[in-house]
Amino acid sequence: MKKTILSLMALGLIIGFAPSSFAAGDAPHAPHQHWHFDGITGQFDKAAMQRGLKVYREVCSACHSLKRVAYRNLVDLGYTEDQVKNIAVEYTVTDGPNEDGEMFDRPARPSDKFVSPYPNDKAAKALNNGALPPDLSLITKARHNGPNYLYAILTGYGEPEHGVELMEGQHWNKYMPGHVIAMAAPLSDGIVAYEDGTPETVSQYSKDVTNFLVWAADPYLETRKRTGIAVLIFLIVFSGVMYGVKKKIWKDIH
Amino acid sequence: MASGPREKFDNPTIEWIDSRLPIFTMLNKEYGVFPTPKNFNYFWNFGAIAMFMLITMIVSGIILAMSYTAHVDYAFDSVERIMRDVNSGWLIRYIHMNGASFFFIAVFIHMFRSLYYGSYKQPREILWILGVVIFLLMMATAFMGYVLPWGQMSYWGATVITNLFSAIPFVGESIVTLLWGGFSVDNPTLNRFFALHYLMPFLICAVVFLHVWALHVTGSNNPAGIEPKTKKDTLPFHPYYTMKDTFGLLVFITIYAFFVFYAPDYLGHPDNYIPADPLVTPAHIVPEWYFLPFYAMLRAITFDIGIPFTDITIISAKLGGVITMFGSIALLFVLPWLDTHPIRSARYRPLFKTFLLIFVVNFVFLGYVGSQGADAMVGPIPLSLLGLLATGYYYGFFLAILPWLSKFEKGRDLPPSIHESVLD
Amino acid sequence: MATKTKTPKSNGKKGETRRDFLQLTAGAFGAVGAASVAWPLINSLNPAKDTLALATTEVDLSPLLVGQSITVMWRGKPVFIRRRSEKEIEEARDVDVAALSDKQTDEDRVQKPEWLVLVGICTHLGCVPTGQKSTEPRGEYGGWFCPCHGSHYDTSGRIRKGPAPKNLAVPDYVFTSDTAIKIG
Repeated sequence: MKKTILSLMALGLIIGFAPSSFAAGDAPHAPHQHWHFDGITGQFDKAAMQRGLKVYREVCSACHSLKRVAYRNLVDLGYTEDQVKNIAVEYTVTDGPNEDGEMFDRPARPSDKFVSPYPNDKAAKALNNGALPPDLSLITKARHNGPNYLYAILTGYGEPEHGVELMEGQHWNKYMPGHVIAMAAPLSDGIVAYEDGTPETVSQYSKDVTNFLVWAADPYLETRKRTGIAVLIFLIVFSGVMYGVKKKIWKDIH
Repeated sequence: MASGPREKFDNPTIEWIDSRLPIFTMLNKEYGVFPTPKNFNYFWNFGAIAMFMLITMIVSGIILAMSYTAHVDYAFDSVERIMRDVNSGWLIRYIHMNGASFFFIAVFIHMFRSLYYGSYKQPREILWILGVVIFLLMMATAFMGYVLPWGQMSYWGATVITNLFSAIPFVGESIVTLLWGGFSVDNPTLNRFFALHYLMPFLICAVVFLHVWALHVTGSNNPAGIEPKTKKDTLPFHPYYTMKDTFGLLVFITIYAFFVFYAPDYLGHPDNYIPADPLVTPAHIVPEWYFLPFYAMLRAITFDIGIPFTDITIISAKLGGVITMFGSIALLFVLPWLDTHPIRSARYRPLFKTFLLIFVVNFVFLGYVGSQGADAMVGPIPLSLLGLLATGYYYGFFLAILPWLSKFEKGRDLPPSIHESVLD
Repeated sequence: MATKTKTPKSNGKKGETRRDFLQLTAGAFGAVGAASVAWPLINSLNPAKDTLALATTEVDLSPLLVGQSITVMWRGKPVFIRRRSEKEIEEARDVDVAALSDKQTDEDRVQKPEWLVLVGICTHLGCVPTGQKSTEPRGEYGGWFCPCHGSHYDTSGRIRKGPAPKNLAVPDYVFTSDTAIKIG
C-alpha cells in the first residue's frame, strides 16, 4: 500500500510539473474570469456567443481571419439554417475556375469557411507593418490560459509605464509579454451596437468575443464535457463492480 | 510452442481446432493455469496496462491515419478537419494524443517496479533488455508522432532533435541531411516520419511478443524477489490475475478518461495549435513531458571537454550533450551487470532502496530542469548547474552506487518462501 | 480454456450466487463499454460533416441547347443532364413498360419532360456509360451505352439490354428557377 501511494505521488509529480513552466515572459498572469464554459458541467453561453460573433464581424474581422470555421457551424450558436444562409450571403467568395477557365465571385454558402480579410499571409503582413494578424480559429487553444489571456489582452491596453519607449505602430498592453503589442486597442465603448440591451462596454465586448472564440477553437467542448460525465460515472461504477469480483475471487487466498 | 502431450477439451469445436493447432492449449498454459507468484502488488498491473495502451494507440492511430494527410500544406488542416468535421474525430484524436502520455506513464511505472524489485536480475536479463528496446522504440515513435500535426512545436521539435545527429564528428551533417531528405525539416521529412510512425508500433508489437515470451520462460519476479518453490507460492494466472489486472486497468482508464474529456490539452503545448512556421522559432521549445529528463541531460553539458591548459577540444559541448543523453539510456542496457547484488527486492536492501528513491526524485527533478528555459535560475544558482549535478547523480547511481552496493550492502534476511513472506 | 480452468472453491451456495451475479454484471459492463467505444470508431468512417455539407450541387441549365448534354459532379459522381429533343421524349414514352426489366414510366423519371437528370453510373458494376457526346456510342436505344459489359440504356436512362439490373438512378433535385436545378 505504501508503495502504491508512493507511485501515485511519483505519477502526480510527473504530471504536476509538466506544463507549469509555460508562463509567459514578464507579463503578469492573466487573471481568471468566470466563464460559462468552465468546469465539468460547463456549457456555451449562446447569447454571449451571438454577440461575440457580432463583435468579430464588425471589429476583429477587419484584420483577423477565422478560416477554420464554416458558416454552417454557426447553427451551434443557436441560429437556424436560414439565418446562417443569410449571414453567409453577406460574404463574397472567389470560386472557380468556371467553364471558361475564369475565377468568379459568388455569394458565400453555408458550406464555405469564413472569408479571410486578406488574400494571403504576405498581403496581410504588407498591410500591417510586417506583423501578421494571427488567424483566430484556434487562438484560445494556441495561448497558455487562452480565454483569460484573450480577455486580458483585449482589456489590458493603457498608457505606457514611465520609462517605456514605444515606436510607431506599437502599443502598451499590461498583459502582453514584453508589454508591447502591434495591434492598436481594437475595442472602445459603444463601438458595436447590441440589440438585447447588454451593456456596450469594452469589458463586455471582450467577454463576448472570447466566448465566441472559445467555441470557434473547441466546438465540441459541450459534447466533450457531457460525454465525459457519462464515461467517468460508467468507469467508476465498473471499477467498483470489478473490485467486488476481484475481492470475491481472492477471498480465500493469503 | 505447446507441443508434446495434450489434454483433450470437452468442447468438440475447440478440440477439433486444438488437435490441429494447439492454440487453446497454449493460451491455457500461458494465461490460464500459468503459475504466477501469489504475492503481486498493484505494481504488477502495469505490464497489462502498457499492453492495453499499445493496442489503444494502434487502433486510434489507424483510424486517425485514414483522415490525415502527410503533406506540409495539408497536415495541420487535416488534423483540424479531424477535430471539427470527422465524426467523433475530436474524441479519437484526444484519445491518441493523451494515450501517448498515459502509455509512457504506464511504462515508467512498469520500469520503476522492475528497478525496485530487481526484476532485471539474473535470469531475467534478456527480458529487461527487450523492455529497454521497447522503451527506445516508443520514444522514437512518440517523437515522430508529435511531428505529424505540423504545428510550431512539431516543426521545431523535429528540427532540434534531428540536429542532435549533427554532433557526430565528420559525418554528422551528412546524416542530418539524410534524415531530412533535404536542407531543412520539410515535406520529405514529414512523409518519412509518417511512414515510420505507422510502421514502428508493429515493431513494438513484435518486441512485446518476445518480451512476453521471455517472461513466460523465466516466470514473473515478485515483491519478495525470491523464486517460487512450491505450489503454495503460486496461483493460476486466471482468474486471479486476469481479474486483478482488469480492476487495475479500469482505475487507470478512469484517470486517462478524465484527461481525455476534461484536460485534453493539459499535457500538450499551446504552440502546437499554431501552424508550423519555418521563419519563427517559439520562445521556449520544450519536448513532450516524457522526454524532459533526457532533454535536461542533453542540455546539462554546456562546456567543451578538452585537454587541460591547451586549446584542444576532444568533445565539444554539443557532442557531450548528445553522448550524455543517449548514454543515459545505454546504461539501462547494461544495468543487469552493474547491479550484481544477489538480493533482488529493495524490500530487503535498505541502502539500495534509499538510493533508488533518491534516484526517482532526481529523475523527476531532471524533468523539471528540462521543462525550464535554458537560462532559468533558482535564486542565485543557475538551474543548468543543478541539472548538471542531477545528471551526475543519474550516472553515479548506475556507474558507482550500484556496483558499490553490489559489493558492500549486506541486506536483510530473505524470507524462506513467498508463501511465508505473505504471512509476515 | 474455460473447461480446464480451475476456479477456486467457494464457501457454499450463497457465495456462488453472489459471485455469479457480480461476474455477470462485470461482463455486461465490459460488453457495454466495448460497444460504446466501437461505435464512435466505426462511425468516424462515415462521411464527415464537411463532406455532407458539400452534398448539393447547383447547375445552371441555360447554356444547354436542345439535344445537348452536360455532365456535372455531385458527391464525387458524374450526373448526366440531357435536354431531350421531341423525338427522344417520344421514343422514351412510346414503350411498353410491362416489357421492361426495371418497370418505370418516363413520366416517373422526369420533372419536366425536356430535362432528364441521371446519376451517370452504370447499375451493373459502376462504370460511366458513354453517350453524353453525340459522337459517342449511345447503344441500340439511343440513350447511353456502357462499354464495360455492354448495357444499353434508352432515352429515359432505362436499362433495355445487357447485364445491368436497374435503370440509371435519378437523383433528388429541384428546379430553383426555370433554368437552374439544385441536385441533392
